Amino acid sequence: MKRRDFLKSMTALAAGGAVSAPAVFSPARAQGRQETLLIVSESGPNNLDIHGIGTNVPGYEVSWNCYDRLISHEMKTLPNGTQYYDRDKFKLELADDMNIGDMSVTFKLKKNATFQDGKPVTAKDVKWSLDRAVTVGGFPTFQMGAGSLTKPEQFVVLDDNTIRVDFLTKDRLTIPDLAVIVPCVVNSELVKSKVTDKDPWGLEYTKLNTAGSGAYRVTTWNAGSEVILERFDNWKGGPLPKMRRIIWRMVPSAGNRRALLERGDADISYDLPNKDFVELRDAGKLNIVSTPYSNGIQYIGMNVKTPPFDNLKVRQAIAYAIPYQKIMDAALFGLAKPLYGAPADAKTEPVWPEAHKYNTDLAKAKQLLAEAGYPEGFETTLSFDLGFAGVNEPICVLTQESLAQIGIKTTINKIPGATWRTELNKKVMPLYTNVFSGWLDYPEYFFIWCYHGKNSIFNTMSYQSPEMDKLIDGAGAAASVGDKATYDKDVDGFVDLAFADIPRIPLYQPYVNVAMQKNISGYQYWFHRRLDYRALAKG
Amino acid sequence: MGSMLLKRVLAAIPSLIGVVIVTFLLTRALPGDPAAYFAGPAATKEAIEQIRATLGLDQPLIIQFFHYVVDLAHGDLGKSLTTGQPVAEEIRARLPASAELTLLGLIVSMAIAIPLGIMAATKPGSIIDHTCRIVTTAGVSLPVFFTGLILVYVFYYLLGWAPAPLGRLDVFYSAPPTVTGFYLIDSLIARDPETFVAALKQLILPALTLGIFSLAPIARMTRASMLSVLSSDFVRTARASGLAPYTVIVTYAFRNAMLPVITTLGMVFSFLLGANVLVEKVFAWPGIGSFAVEALIASDFAPVQGFVLTMAILYVALNLLIDVLYGLIDPRVRLEA
Amino acid sequence: MSSIATDRADPDAAIGAALVQAASVTADTVLPPEPATTFTPPPRPTAPRQSGLAATLSHIRYVLSENLVTGFAFALFLLIVLAAVFGPALVPYDPLASDTVAALKPPSAQHWFGTDQLGRDIFSRVVVATRLDFGIAVASVVLVFLMGGLAGVAAGFYGGWTDRIVGRLADTIMAFPLFVLAMGIVAALGNTVQNIVLATAIVNFPLYARVARAEANVRREAGFVEAARLSGNSEFRIVSFQVLPNVFPILVVQMSLTMGYAILNAAGLSFIGLGVRPPTAEWGIMVAEGAAFIVSGEWWIALFPGLALMIAVFCFNLLGDGVRDIVDPRRRT
Repeated sequence: MKRRDFLKSMTALAAGGAVSAPAVFSPARAQGRQETLLIVSESGPNNLDIHGIGTNVPGYEVSWNCYDRLISHEMKTLPNGTQYYDRDKFKLELADDMNIGDMSVTFKLKKNATFQDGKPVTAKDVKWSLDRAVTVGGFPTFQMGAGSLTKPEQFVVLDDNTIRVDFLTKDRLTIPDLAVIVPCVVNSELVKSKVTDKDPWGLEYTKLNTAGSGAYRVTTWNAGSEVILERFDNWKGGPLPKMRRIIWRMVPSAGNRRALLERGDADISYDLPNKDFVELRDAGKLNIVSTPYSNGIQYIGMNVKTPPFDNLKVRQAIAYAIPYQKIMDAALFGLAKPLYGAPADAKTEPVWPEAHKYNTDLAKAKQLLAEAGYPEGFETTLSFDLGFAGVNEPICVLTQESLAQIGIKTTINKIPGATWRTELNKKVMPLYTNVFSGWLDYPEYFFIWCYHGKNSIFNTMSYQSPEMDKLIDGAGAAASVGDKATYDKDVDGFVDLAFADIPRIPLYQPYVNVAMQKNISGYQYWFHRRLDYRALAKG
Repeated sequence: MGSMLLKRVLAAIPSLIGVVIVTFLLTRALPGDPAAYFAGPAATKEAIEQIRATLGLDQPLIIQFFHYVVDLAHGDLGKSLTTGQPVAEEIRARLPASAELTLLGLIVSMAIAIPLGIMAATKPGSIIDHTCRIVTTAGVSLPVFFTGLILVYVFYYLLGWAPAPLGRLDVFYSAPPTVTGFYLIDSLIARDPETFVAALKQLILPALTLGIFSLAPIARMTRASMLSVLSSDFVRTARASGLAPYTVIVTYAFRNAMLPVITTLGMVFSFLLGANVLVEKVFAWPGIGSFAVEALIASDFAPVQGFVLTMAILYVALNLLIDVLYGLIDPRVRLEA
Repeated sequence: MSSIATDRADPDAAIGAALVQAASVTADTVLPPEPATTFTPPPRPTAPRQSGLAATLSHIRYVLSENLVTGFAFALFLLIVLAAVFGPALVPYDPLASDTVAALKPPSAQHWFGTDQLGRDIFSRVVVATRLDFGIAVASVVLVFLMGGLAGVAAGFYGGWTDRIVGRLADTIMAFPLFVLAMGIVAALGNTVQNIVLATAIVNFPLYARVARAEANVRREAGFVEAARLSGNSEFRIVSFQVLPNVFPILVVQMSLTMGYAILNAAGLSFIGLGVRPPTAEWGIMVAEGAAFIVSGEWWIALFPGLALMIAVFCFNLLGDGVRDIVDPRRRT
């Protein structure tokens, strides 16, 4: 009996030891760990304010979580269980009430909402912030313009608690554009106290400090290595977030990021190579969520202004020579939604992105090339953005190999990420692969940037067609007055035309892949594709 | 001595000017257009031009250079566009990280290479000698990024002995109060052994990677220097007077052979400090090397210029220091201009 | 004193790639300049009765048999040269042909080194890459030999302004963090093979210029040069026919020592993303691309090109020692 007791107690001791042994953290640290989320990603923000000059995409994530907007989107649940933002349902964030009139919208603010320094949020702050967004220039001003929000006069303070936004024209993108990241509300009193003559909007201050009413604030930022965010306990924009602290570390090596996840050291990573995601998903130790980019495609573009790609038959030949399936298998490991090879009798739907009817058919490609007057093929260069080499390089190598079989000799040109945009802007690259995706998920929004004859920088092919412009403009006009029949007809029309003229060849719709530990819940897909910390929970 | 030093410093100035000019021209020749990069994905041509003007990049090259030199004279190295911080501050914050790593790498290397070199020198032509040669040559034949990746794979991923390659400290530790910027020293000053151990753990793999790479020059120099000292008259005398071989090697020969090794160490340190960019990349080390590389890729001029200038000044200073040390240790060598 | 000094300047310390540069070049800057002057023209190999060629051959044989390691390095070198010349004709697969069905297969009888992400045969790619990597190494050392060697000889022989300019140039380059300078050059000029070669050459310039300068400087006053001068030869003739041939062997030693560094440099550039264009097979870029697959278990993608890279650099480094033993036995350490 005695002996048994002894053994029992030993076992208990051993078990106790076994439990506590892996916890290398002292109790306080373990406690901290439970309420802390460790995120790893390749790169970090270069500016904490989306209104700043040249704020990069990771910077958007900070803005999203540290500032509030008047309105935001509701969530809906996809068939696979993923929480996905609902394009058509808005929810109030800083606003307590939204009243849409014929040519304006009026917001009442939540009365008890305060900034992180305790000052109440007023209509003056909202006006100052929106004025700032439409005035500072660069990306924020551009994005506001996409919803016909261009002038400070459009934002009218009615009283301390009420603000009205006037419409310049009827544009169905105006309200959605108030729910993107840019029209965030900034603590105007605080930032105004930091303003200088050279910097009338206080961008220098908000670059390094968050000054919002949002759920989190940045407490530490070591550029290029880590960002630490703490929860703002008095947040009024929604239910109090579960995570008290977010530690976001930059880990440049993808292999190391995967190792950190697999060993349980990191909680979330969302920019791993596709292959790693597939394997982690199959291994089943982590939660993997893959969601197609909203309104985004990877494509092969051709400059239609210069020979030989000014010739429709050449473009069609290329479209028949792309090794679509090989790209899906070897470059993407199946993690993408194919946008090719639709059945010959498929009907065009008024949606975007959708699949075209081209397939890999080298005989047909060769024949088209001969008809175009290039029976022997030609030489050209195929460019890609080195910043996304993991996917782009295999795509280009496979395409190069396939084109060689119909006589087209290509030299692959890898362009460093910093130079990529400059090169796109010049619109001289004959053949290239790229991704475009729009925050606002409407087909005409995509087309107006990528296919319209006003030749925005995203119309990288320099494609111009009066017929196309008419259809795009028609769809926009129909949408603003709610004429669904005309809208559908015009969208069908421009999608068909884009496939017939084929200045850019859609390859696939990329996926946003997020890998999390099993105990992490609350992931939400947003149009900006960055993480929303406010819904995440652990344990 | 003082005037000698001054002369040496003055003699280094033309190279520093050369470095400033070459770096300036090189960075301007980079293909990227910072204006387009920072104007964001949707910028119009006008927006880009507007940002170009804000950044002062629309000025003629010579004017830009003039502005750069004036700023430099005020100790202003400019601002990094990618991280948004003043370059001087970034370098001040990051240099200790690189220096600590490099120094530890050097210590690891010395701990292996000096005994190897001595053993090789005592028996030239023997198996030990050849093994030493092969091992050290193999070390320097491995690309550092390859060594680093393999070490991470084996010791972190497979065995779990090393901590996650996440920079200088595990995420749940906070950095010790800054005194020297070296976490090992600062944590000791703060009497925080837990942080000391955590920092040391993070350092081991990257330091080993650097150490392996720098074995060869140190071992070879030790061997060469020992060989010549061992064949010198005073060692022969010591041997002839019947001193034990161990005493001869360690007390007599080794101390005398250390002088040239010290010179090598200084140079290896200076070289490694600039060259560990690849190691920093593999281990997510927040040093100046990785900072410079990222800036170069992003066509971010100021950090590249600041980094190169810092390294050049360090190089000159280190040379000077070694000269002085050498003069102090070995009175036969005098500083001559 | 002189023995210590000589050893200090001994380029042996240089074995380590660029470390070499740091060590041996500074020996020259930092220390009193006597090491070079203690050096006398390289002694002819022993065996005085044989003809020149026979003597050299017998000396090579002697060195090889005496030092197995060097012999081994020579054998490896031959293998590398053979792979560079005949490799593309011998490999079992087209190194560029993708086969997505057979992607990421581990080493097997069909694919000795396995296949990569696109199903390309890694063995074929590693072998074919030999020509390019070897070519980069050779081209860059030849280029720096021409640039640095000639500049150094001119500086050492003529002295004065020539010397000062070359010296300043070398100082300036030395003050740069070398890998970052190489990166900068390639980034600014574009990532082509020519620019990688050029960048590697420029980075090595000070080493060659200094060695050549020191050697030429010694010979400026040497007896055979004086004799040539007295018999009415022009300075140019003296440089071309008296000084250069004597400096040449020393520079050849440098060349074999820096070949390995050239390959490492190119590999490092590839790792950063500044290497050759895809789909060209090159060891550094293959390691860099394979690195992403190590953690997921496909170790062969990075390992085999990494081994090839290591073996080649290893071989060049050992060979550098060997060549020095042959050309210049006195500097043996």
